[in-house]
Amino acid sequence: MRQTIASLLTGFIFGLGLCLSHMTDPAVVQGFLDIAGAWDPTLLFVMGGGVTVAFVGYRYVLRWKQPLWAPKFPAAPAGAIDTPLLSGAAIFGIGWGLAGYCPGPAVVSLASGRRVVLLFVVAMLIGMIAVRWMRTSRSASMSPMAR
Amino acid sequence: MHPYLLGLLGGGLIGLSAVLLMAMSGRIAGISGIVGGLLPPKPADDRTWRIAFILGLLLAPTSLAIFTGDNRIGAPTVGPVMLIGAGLLVGVGTALGSGCTAGHGICGISRLSPRSLAATATFLTTAMVTVFIIRHVV
Repeated sequence: MRQTIASLLTGFIFGLGLCLSHMTDPAVVQGFLDIAGAWDPTLLFVMGGGVTVAFVGYRYVLRWKQPLWAPKFPAAPAGAIDTPLLSGAAIFGIGWGLAGYCPGPAVVSLASGRRVVLLFVVAMLIGMIAVRWMRTSRSASMSPMAR
Repeated sequence: MHPYLLGLLGGGLIGLSAVLLMAMSGRIAGISGIVGGLLPPKPADDRTWRIAFILGLLLAPTSLAIFTGDNRIGAPTVGPVMLIGAGLLVGVGTALGSGCTAGHGICGISRLSPRSLAATATFLTTAMVTVFIIRHVV
């Protein structure tokens, strides 16, 4: 129950951050990505603010023995910089540039009642399911591999 | 308030959310990861917190609309067909690359993860190239 309330609260704060910073406006996001046009640096401020707070906060929190209401912290991101990571990031970037939506803002924008955004979110879920399905069938037929 | 200041404030709130989620539950506030865990095949066992987080996300603009009269959500800049194509790419890309702007760009970079730094540099580059092509070439 505590964890559920914690998630609801942190999701709310996250969504508030996205809305206040206008990351929920694809024109602002694409304005940042359009370095050859009328460049809009807003997204740089958002990332700057986010990374600064998270960097300082993580340094403090990750010194604890364990989280408040969970047995342990997730392991530090391990693994090499491999082809799935880079090709995935490259593909994600193309989609992000085309529409100006990444997953967070797309989900938050559903609350606006603009039904057309639902097309993006449903397509995104289908894309995610396709990759998860490929991974499952591949790891079932091959030796166990790290996700 | 100036848009850049609101950006800084909003970004700070996103960072605060990531820190609080880590402090309370030991979890990463990456949207593609949180959503992905709800999907077939083999959804994660811990679905309740994921649904609660998404519910929180949706409550934010709704509350803003109630209290300020403006939910600060902009209109799509492209048509339905482009939205579907872009959505597919974002879904495939974030699942394959294990993260999005939040998970890699904020949480991962804040943990100084080399993988997240590489992913963020990559998606920023391809996104900028894509926007350059659709706005200045085609």
